[in-house]
Amino acid sequence: MTNKIEEPTVIPLQTPSGHACETCPAHRAGNLVRLGIDMTDWDYVIALAGNPNTGKSTIFNALTGLRQHTGNWPGKTVSRAEGGYSYGDHRYKLVDLPGTYSLLSTSLDEEVARNFILFGQPDVTIIVADATRLERNLNLVLQVLEITDRAVLALNLVDEAKRHGLKVDDRSLARDLGIPVVPMAARRREGMPELLEAVHEVATGKVVCKPHRIKSEPPTLKKAVSELVAQLTASFPTLPNPRWVAMRLLDGDQQIMEALQRGELGDLTRDDPGQTTGHLELQLEASHA
Amino acid sequence: MLNANSAAPAAPTPQNILDTATRLRWEVSGGVHESLVEAIYTDAARIADRAVIYPDKPPRFNLDRAIDQIVTSRLFGFPLMLLLFTLVFWLTISGANVPSDLLGRFFLDTIHPLLKSASAAIGLPWWLDGLLIDGIYLATAWVVSVMLPPMAIFFPLFTLLEDFGYLPRVAFNLDNIFKKSGAHGKQALSMMMGFGCNAAGVVATRVIDSPRERLIAIITNNFALCNGRWPTQILIASLFIGALVPAYIGGLISALAVVGVATLGVLLSFAVSWSLSRTVLRGEASTFSLELPPYRPPRFWQTIYTSLIDRTLYVLWRAIVFAAPAGAIIWLTANIQVGGISIAEHIINALNPVGWLLGLNGVILLAYIVAIPANEIVIPTMLMMTVLITGVNGGAGAGVMFQGNDAQTMSMLQAGGWTLLTAVNLMLFSLIHNPCSTTIYTIYKETGSAKWTAVSALLPLIMGFVVTFLVAQVWRLVAGM
Repeated sequence: MTNKIEEPTVIPLQTPSGHACETCPAHRAGNLVRLGIDMTDWDYVIALAGNPNTGKSTIFNALTGLRQHTGNWPGKTVSRAEGGYSYGDHRYKLVDLPGTYSLLSTSLDEEVARNFILFGQPDVTIIVADATRLERNLNLVLQVLEITDRAVLALNLVDEAKRHGLKVDDRSLARDLGIPVVPMAARRREGMPELLEAVHEVATGKVVCKPHRIKSEPPTLKKAVSELVAQLTASFPTLPNPRWVAMRLLDGDQQIMEALQRGELGDLTRDDPGQTTGHLELQLEASHA
Repeated sequence: MLNANSAAPAAPTPQNILDTATRLRWEVSGGVHESLVEAIYTDAARIADRAVIYPDKPPRFNLDRAIDQIVTSRLFGFPLMLLLFTLVFWLTISGANVPSDLLGRFFLDTIHPLLKSASAAIGLPWWLDGLLIDGIYLATAWVVSVMLPPMAIFFPLFTLLEDFGYLPRVAFNLDNIFKKSGAHGKQALSMMMGFGCNAAGVVATRVIDSPRERLIAIITNNFALCNGRWPTQILIASLFIGALVPAYIGGLISALAVVGVATLGVLLSFAVSWSLSRTVLRGEASTFSLELPPYRPPRFWQTIYTSLIDRTLYVLWRAIVFAAPAGAIIWLTANIQVGGISIAEHIINALNPVGWLLGLNGVILLAYIVAIPANEIVIPTMLMMTVLITGVNGGAGAGVMFQGNDAQTMSMLQAGGWTLLTAVNLMLFSLIHNPCSTTIYTIYKETGSAKWTAVSALLPLIMGFVVTFLVAQVWRLVAGM
């Protein structure tokens, strides 16, 4: 059940639309209500991550109705922007993160993105990828999938890829990554209903992801990671991403080491899948100071 | 894979875990970070390879690459850049004239007398009538008529260039020079943001990971001409510089003058970055990779719409918010008299000697003090004050700003003792002087340091004084010969 991107249900012409429509992904798009900056009583928190200049802000604007400035250049968004939308019966809070190539280094914009996915524990992370530069974009996708197992890949700019004669097999991608993949052309609003539906399904647990984990580590690294994971899970049995934490500790990541010493790693455990911890704001403020 | 160590009955403490991590780190051959990055790349390549179907034969002609070869070429890169920006300013200056004039006439010749007669009809006391109509209303009306048209042309044009994907190419062209100045190449990006708003530019320096280079970028962002200063440059250039040549090339020459000032700002950025990185912020420039995004045809109407709403109206609103109280204050200082002359005249007289040394005048200096919260109101304040000093006011009373077309503004300024030197030095001072209070506050928030905030505010101010002083002395020396 990892790959649930289905063809839209074909509705026979003679059927009165009422019933069949409710099963069609396009139906719910009509239920999209852009809430702008109204983020009260949200049911789910959704993060938007991805490489710079892949269209995160465009998707953010399309879903929230806000007008976060978009520009054709990498590095337009350096802090978080938040907005809300409601879809179906649920209210969503959407957080637009700065675009980054990786989550492994130390600049402030990468830290904002990394900390939100790690400490904010969004219910779903939409990873926006540029279909024309898939391989480089996947580097970030794989890193995000080490941190969270609830993600959707928005394969954006498929129109541009087509112009360059590229074809991306989204089914193969979904199989390899273990998460739903939605081909999109966000500037033209194509794929938006499918994205909403995929996010909805992952958020509500209708689709359970089996995210890809990095496999190509050399044996010595593999051994070190599993030894550390054993210790971590013994101390923090509910830690959702011990492998990633182990890798960061081995790499000497100062922030993660401090979080471990202060006992904050314990807070990463997810008690209530519907709510994120209120701890996030503090974490982010601390990292800014 | 449990070893004896971690199989101990009690759960390991955080310190145990850290110790294990430290021990294991040395056992990973080839380094943890490198192994990890390599593993990620290998996996990504494998997955991408399976998913992407490449075209049978690569297209013979790649438009993006062809454009890039021209706009980032060593030979044509810089001239093309100057040409494009000159074109943008020329369109702005020549296009804004007529609507500015129309708006001015509407607000000042039509609405103002109506308001005056209405207030007379309901019998407002003279001081309330003056404060509200001659102070607040006129200041606001002036800001709208002078700033709205150029901004409504300039911002959409600039945003179109941005959406097309040209700005990263500018950054690419400038990268090498920034590096030679000891600064980070991404400073070119935060500088581009600074051309819109310095506060935004300061926030944009977050993309720079080295604290040293980030500080340099923050301190020098001020030299990127911001929204609030473009109108000053454009107006003074069209009044004084454009007037030096025959009318048919006036617009072009004014545009070139504005481009010249903006270029000077970029050069100052380089110079200050260079000196900082060789004195208080010593260090090596770090390398980075800059992605040149594909050229995308901008969505024309949407760009026009968002740049009008997000930039034009935003800046205009900010100007109005600051101009209305400034208008009230200016009217009051012009109408409250101490020892026979108004407060404003006292201040201006006190500032005049300093102003003269700098090739400016007391009015301009006072305007810059009033305009610390927002550069947008420099021009309205100067004009109101000039009217006050010269008494060229069309009988509208003290401290009343009255402006018709460019020719009237010009003759009024000349009556206030303005010369070409005043205009040139005003443009220079507007470029170099301290950032507005919003930017200063942003710098404080981003750096968390009172010391660096003070440096960022005072260094440009002192430089502004020094440059205008030197220009004034040389100018007078040459003119006196």
